[in-house]
Parts: sequence; C-alpha cells; structure tokens
Amino acid sequence: MTPAGADAGLDGGPSLTPPPFTGAEQAAAYKELGLTDAEYELICEKLGREPNGVELAMFSLLWSEHCAYKHSRKLLGRLPTKGERVVMGPGENAGAVDIGEGYAIAFKVESHNHPSAVEPFQGAATGVGGILRDVFAIGARPIAMLDSLRFGELDSERSRFLLDGAVRGIGHYGNSIGVPTVGGEIYFEEPYEHNCLVNAMCVGIAKQEDMVRAAAAGVGNAVVLMGASTGRDGIGGASVLASAELGDGDEAKRPTVQIGDPFEESKLLECCLELLGKGLLVSLQDLGAAGLTSSAGEMASAGGVGIDIDVARVPLREADMEPFEIMVSESQERMLAVVEPAKVAEVLALCEKWQTGAAEVGAITDNAHVRVLDGEEVVGDMPVEALVDGCPLYDLSPAEPQGWIYGNRTTLATDTAAEETLLALLGSPSVASKRWAFEQYDSVVGSRTARRPETADAAVLAIPEAENAIAISIDGNGRRVACDPYAGTIEAVLECAQNLACAGASPLGLTNCLNFGNPEKPTPAWQLDRAVQGLADACEALQVPVVGGNVSLYNEGPEGPIYPTPVVGMVGELPDPANAAPSVFAREGDAIALLGPFEPSLAGSELAKLRGELDAGLPQPDIATVAAACTTVREAVRSGKLSSAHDVSDGGLACALAESAIGTGIGCRVDVQPLRSRGCSPEEALFGEGSGGFILSGERAVLESLGATLIGEVGGNAIEIAAGDRSLSVELAVAESSWRSLGELLDGAYR
Amino acid sequence: MVWGVLQFPGSCDERDALHACGLTGEARLIWHEERDLGGVDAIVVPGGFSYGDYLRAGAIARFSPAMEAVAEFAAAGGPVLGICNGFQVLCEADLLPGALLLNENLRFVCRQVDLIDAEGGRLSIPAKHGEGRYWVPEKMLDAIEANGQIAFRYAPGQNPNGSARDIAGVRNEAGNVLGLMPHPEHAVDAMTGSTDGLQVFEAVAGSLV
Amino acid sequence: MAKARVLIRPKEGILDPQGKAVERALPALGFEGVEHVRVGRMVELEAEDPARLPELCEKLLANPLIEDFEIESIDGG
Repeated sequence: MTPAGADAGLDGGPSLTPPPFTGAEQAAAYKELGLTDAEYELICEKLGREPNGVELAMFSLLWSEHCAYKHSRKLLGRLPTKGERVVMGPGENAGAVDIGEGYAIAFKVESHNHPSAVEPFQGAATGVGGILRDVFAIGARPIAMLDSLRFGELDSERSRFLLDGAVRGIGHYGNSIGVPTVGGEIYFEEPYEHNCLVNAMCVGIAKQEDMVRAAAAGVGNAVVLMGASTGRDGIGGASVLASAELGDGDEAKRPTVQIGDPFEESKLLECCLELLGKGLLVSLQDLGAAGLTSSAGEMASAGGVGIDIDVARVPLREADMEPFEIMVSESQERMLAVVEPAKVAEVLALCEKWQTGAAEVGAITDNAHVRVLDGEEVVGDMPVEALVDGCPLYDLSPAEPQGWIYGNRTTLATDTAAEETLLALLGSPSVASKRWAFEQYDSVVGSRTARRPETADAAVLAIPEAENAIAISIDGNGRRVACDPYAGTIEAVLECAQNLACAGASPLGLTNCLNFGNPEKPTPAWQLDRAVQGLADACEALQVPVVGGNVSLYNEGPEGPIYPTPVVGMVGELPDPANAAPSVFAREGDAIALLGPFEPSLAGSELAKLRGELDAGLPQPDIATVAAACTTVREAVRSGKLSSAHDVSDGGLACALAESAIGTGIGCRVDVQPLRSRGCSPEEALFGEGSGGFILSGERAVLESLGATLIGEVGGNAIEIAAGDRSLSVELAVAESSWRSLGELLDGAYR
Repeated sequence: MVWGVLQFPGSCDERDALHACGLTGEARLIWHEERDLGGVDAIVVPGGFSYGDYLRAGAIARFSPAMEAVAEFAAAGGPVLGICNGFQVLCEADLLPGALLLNENLRFVCRQVDLIDAEGGRLSIPAKHGEGRYWVPEKMLDAIEANGQIAFRYAPGQNPNGSARDIAGVRNEAGNVLGLMPHPEHAVDAMTGSTDGLQVFEAVAGSLV
Repeated sequence: MAKARVLIRPKEGILDPQGKAVERALPALGFEGVEHVRVGRMVELEAEDPARLPELCEKLLANPLIEDFEIESIDGG
C-alpha cells in the first residue's frame, strides 16, 4: 500500500497538497469548521506545518466537542468504572458486564439530539442504528432498545411534529431490524422546545470468548470497510451540529442529515456476528460521527499503531467525491475491521453471502500516523496522537446561577380541588401513559420479553443462556436536575435502582448520556460539574460502575440552555423473571403499604410546574437509606411474595397509586396519615416527589414483615385517598380517561 | 414431524417461529435461496421485514427460489402457515386471496389482541404490524366467507388496523394454506405472555395426521 | 435504452389513509380547496425492451389487485 518513495515524517513530508487557503482566508476556513485560533496553532505545531484541506477537515471533526469531549473529559475521570463484574469499560464501543455462564451483557446509551431537531424521523432512526452498531461492534447481539426523549410542550405544533417523527423513526428502525424496544421515557418541558433530546440505549448479549475490542493490531494487517456504500450523508454533519448551538437557518443543515437503512444494517449485523464467531477479525469498529476519520483514527490510537486508508478503494455511492468528503462522510450502516491478510478472502466471501458490501481499503502500519491515500498519492498525513489525542482538554469556569433561571408557566390554580389536581397531573403529558408511543414499537420480537412496557417498573428480559434474567431502566428528570444538579442527578441514579428493585434485580452497571447546554458559559458549566459529581457519588455509594456513556453539549438556543439532563441507563440481574413484580395491583383485598425513606417535597415536582412555582433547590437524598430500601424490596420481590411493587416518582404518591389501580381496573382506599406523621402537609403527602418511596401490595402480614407502613387496601372502583383537608375520591374510569389522554391529544379521532 | 421455517434477508421472527415449531416437532431454517425444502412436513413463512418491505411488503420475497418451492408444495396439498410478513408474502404469491394494506391509522401497532377462530374459540395473541389491513374486493369477500375460508377475526372492538370484516387470518380454498397477521409464535410461553398460540401450531401439525 | 417512469397508485375504492392524512393536513398549512388526494409510488428505469414493461409492472412493480399503474416514456424514447 505504501507509494514508492513517500516518506511521511513529522518534519513535513513531501508531495502533500498545500493548505486550501492562506492567511485570513485560512483563518476564516478553520473558524467555519469550528476550530479556535489556539487549536489551529497547536495543529500546525504538531504537524510541523499547516494542514491541507483533507487534514483540516479531519482535525476539525476529531477536535470537535462531539468527538473529543474537550469540555467534559476531565470531569468524566471522576466516575467510578471498576467492578468485579465489568468485562468492558468506558473507551470501547460499548460497555459490558458478566451475566454468568461465560456470557456478557453489553450496553450503552447515546444521543442524537441535533440531527433529530432538524429531521426527527431520520435523526431518531439513525440514532437507533448508531447505538445498535456500537453494541454489535464488540460482538454482542442486540436484544433490546430503550429510548429517552424530551420535547417542548405539546401545545407547540413543532414539538408535536418532532415527537411524532422521532417515535416513528425509532419504531421504523428498531422494528425493521428485529430488536424489541422494551422501555423508555418521554418528557415535555419548555426548555427543550428548540433543542429536543433523543437518547437511544441498546442492550446486547455476547459470549465473552467471542467479544472483540476496537484496538487495531498487527502491522501489515488489512483494513476492511464493510456495509453500505459511502455517500455525502452528514458531511460536516453530526459533529459540527453537535458542537454549535442551533439558531435560525438550521433548515440549511438539512442536506447533512444522515438517512438510515435498517435492512442494510440487519445484513451487516448478521455478517459481523458470523465473522466474529468464526474468529476472522482482529478488531472491529463502527463508523459513526466523523465516519472513516474517527474509526480509523481511534482504532489506530487504541492499538498504538499507524493506519493507511486509500480513498480510491472505498465503495462510493456518488462518483465524484473528494478525498476529504470520503474521509468525513457519515453514511450509515458501515463498519471497519482489521483482518489478517490470509483471512481477507474469507471475510469478503462471507460479506457476499450476506449481501453486504466489503472492500479492502487500507493497512495497519508501524509509523503511528494516519495516512490518507488516493491511489498512489498521499493526500493527508497526520500523527495519530495529534489527530486523536492531541485535542486540548478544557477546564470549565462554572458559576452557580442566582435562583431559578428557567421561568414558570401557570396552568393550574393553587386552590384547585384535590380531585381536579390529581386528574391534571395524570393528564399532564410527562406523567400520562405513553402507550401511544410504545405501541408503535415491537416489544416482543426475540421472545425474551418477560415484562412489556407499562407492566412493571423495569423492562425484564429472559437470559436462558445464563439461566437468569436482566432488568433495564432508563431515567432522568431534567427539571429536577435544574433545581439542584447534584441532588437531581443522584435522584436519577436512585430512580433506576428503585425501578430495578421492583423487578427484583440487583444493579450490575450503568451507562449515562449527559445532555447539557454550552459548557463555555458559566451556568451550564456549573450544572455539568455538579451533575457529574452527583453521578460519581451515587455510583460510588451504590457500588455500580459506569461502563460507558456519551456527552451531548451545546444544547442551547437564544432563549438559553436546556434543563441539565443526565440520562441514566441501568442494567441489573435477577434469578427468575417470573417473579419480577408487576407494577399494578393484583386483587381486591390486598393490603397496600409504603416502604422506604420517602420524604416528599413539592420542590421540583410536576405539581410545582403546573402551578408555576418552580424554584431552585431540592432536598438532598440519603443514598444509604434508599439503597437499603431497594435491597428490602428486591429480596421481597425475588421471594415471589408481593402482588405488586411500584416506585413513587412523577406526580407523587397519588399518581403512583392511580397508575397501579388503572392498570388492573381495581381501585384503592388509602390514608396518608403515616406520611403526615413524618411532617408532611396533605399536599406534600399526595403529590410531593423525591427518592425512596415504594408502593407495595400483597398480604398484610407479608408487608408488615418487611417493615413497610400499611396505608390501605386494594378494592372498589375509585381511587380514594384520605389526606386531611385534601382528601380525594376519583372514579377509576375518570382517572383512566385522564391518564390515557396522550393518544387523543396527538392523533385525535384517528387513534 | 418436521417444520421448515423460511428465512429471508430481513426476516425478524424466524427464530421465534423456529422455537415455537420445535414445541410440536423438529424444526429447521430454510434459507431463501434454497430450492430444496428438504422433505419437511409443513412450512412456516415467518414475520419480519423481508427485503426491507421494499416496493411492497412481501413483493420481493415471493420470487425467491424457496417460495417457488413452497408454491409447489402448497399446490400438492402441503400445509403452509404464513405469519404477518409471511401472510403478506403468501398474498403476493397468490397462494392466498387478498392483500394487506397500511394500517388505517398509518401507525405500526404492537398490542395483545383477542382473536375468534372459525369454531368460535378465543385466543390471546400479540399483533405487531404496520401493514395489516386485510382487503379483498367485496364480491370475493362474500365468496371466501361463504367458503369458510376466514380462519380468524379480531374480537369485537379489537381490530387494530381496519381490516375488512375484522379479518385477521384466512385460508385458501383447499384449506392447506393459512395466513394470519397476529403472531402465534409469540404466544407459546407463559413467561412472555399467553400460550394460546400453541393451538395454531398444533392444529397445523394435527392436520398431517 | 428506453427511459420510462412508472406511476403506481391505489385503485379507486380502496381506502387510502395516506391520501386522507395529506388531504386533512393541507388546510392547516393554508391550502384550501384540495381534494381527492391519493398517494402512490413512482419508479424510474431504463429498459432495453420497453415492450416488456407492462408485464414487469403487473408482475412486480404493482399489485394489480389493489393498484393501477401507468407507464410514461421519458425523453420520447
């Protein structure tokens, strides 16, 4: 592959095209591509000369926030990543934990926010495609998807448009490729109006002996590009979009949105898994943001080797593409593999069988450079270290804002009767049933789904390979994090742990997506700093390692930043999926009890939002006592002695009770006096939020033996809650009508 | 008995079907390029998105070598069960009357539904499809009804896609080819849902005795 | 090589929810007085033997039970 006579040394190297511009024009060019003056100077220093057009494009992408994590990497070092069940940690395509019998569960969550704001269907679809590839890139077969979405309020036509497109896009990709979508969450808040969030989580299963890392190895080995042909999708796309705030004129970014093809990916997936099963690949990496540039660069960096890519050998969709376009294209459904020369023929043959493209496009070298060739000509030559790891990392300049910066909108008067308040909360789109959305997703393909959406607090999948099961939850309330980024992030981790406990699962590992505003501004910087600290402290205290994740910054517009939104995805194990507790009541006569250190407060609550009373500040959760409650609930669920278990979250206790009742069609009669004895007002007892609350139902004696506080019983056809002067009684049918109002709101008569 | 489950590029539920078939006999996968069905006793054309549902769902899969073999197998009286995409393929291949169109509400729907079979029995089976609205010209509809070819209807109030006369599944005139939109292979294990789907496989297996 | 364009549309009398959805959305966007919207597919191709196109359309591109098709020559070929 090495052109005769070409010598790419750090001192400049011969026969490279000169920089595309000079002086002020070059400065304008690199600024247009998102590089600062200081960064450009550093690049010149590392190259020993100015970069040419190909190199400038490649540096600008790999040194963008999206690829280099330059404002977050230092913070992420605080997260605990070690644990005895960790098989693969951060830094690989996905993380993985040991599930037993030689198998591992792989998982990761990733954002696709900016593309979804421009074209929601394809943005969400390709977000799903991308995270699927991250999982099968390590040799795991994807077995589940979950999605965490956020949009503006639904009285905005744009938000309805984005929601509709994103849900259809997720369904289109996930359903077509045959991976069930088993859980997720959707929130609607004004701060997301101009910056929606689409975070996709994938979970997969792999035999540990078949797993593969991304590090390229073996000087002289071949580099093979597999999958779809390369076109102009996303050129200057994801990375650039993610490193800049969206403003007016983002319509012009439409040509750079990637188009996904799940059929292509299903063929690629089967092909890759078969290649790995046969031991034909040295390493594998998916192509995502910054395409070939990042894959080739990262593989070389991880392996401490150099890599040559010949763009003339890349299968193209459009004939006249320039080298830089080929290197930064974000065409979907492509993977890069390192293959021993003797095995290349077999690899190509297998790709042929699966009707997926394949071409040998490069080689591993020993000179620690990334070289881009166009046939015989060297058109780009950069040290790996400079390109991949040389980007400066920045410290944040955080400053706590004074008070609540996000504004308030009142839609519910404070003196509204308790019944109407409950109905307003149940009908609030963030709290209401998301059935409209999850019925658009295939949640059963693969025959592992033991708990479908809305039947339990976590998704539960059978793992017959290891004779056990896993539970998965994805959570994060941006509004509460905005009230207190430290406490709010701890709450997100505890929420996941509580959901897993209700399924009888003990946490194995965590993945996270940090969605924040512009880190160069003091408030988002402070939010990010505090949130990461909260995440670190919660994971440390719970002994749950972070095995991977993603950061999405610059989610901000002229109106200001989004709510700081750390989304947490947690995977846990349980011995018997049959015992995973339903979240809905089982029968008349069962007792209902409250368990856990639940100290409800209206701070940051959905009720405070509806009343327009949001303000900074949250009570600090006590991780240890919540963790102890999780253990108690988990053990009780595993024993099979509970009828139901449901954690208290959005909308407080009254909403949790209503959800458990509606789901089964039997009402309840409850008295919140025990909470009032802890010092809560009737309002707080009914609608206050916070960590540590579990609603359990079952035999009275069983609940008492757990140390739970009896509060009532299942029965009747109304939700009756005695709460002093805020007592309420709402007929089940009326409550259900509110809770299931999302579908009618969105599709009207066509539902 | 031995089941053969077809597998196309883009099939999703073939492994689930394989497992379900395996509960009433032996089962193996048949790759779409295979012209030799290997002497199986019954064929399942599974659910999924064969060929990405490109052009029309099932339009390309019907021309595969395996489907040509299945057409001969069916003509000779062999039992064929088409599930969801499989039902679509069988209609495109003219092995069953009618066509499956876009759901009336234009959305994919995944939901447990109750079906009523030809004997009036009730089954709880998951439906999951975006193009499941059964359509056939009105006169043909009367004819297939009169012929007893309607194998399953959605229970009253549970039609998820606007299918004509709530039809969820039909047979050919000879009765050996059955197609239905809901997925019986996802109703064979109490852990993942109901076990009513077993009846469908047992009925096909029983028809061979 | 003859260039042709095949237009495929749902037969009259078959419910076309896509057409209906488009029709319903138009007034909100400021387009009044638009009716009978039907949504179909368009396939462009180049064929050595254009005489076989009707057969190709009947067999693969359209489902004659539920769709009608129309073949247009491009560039008078």
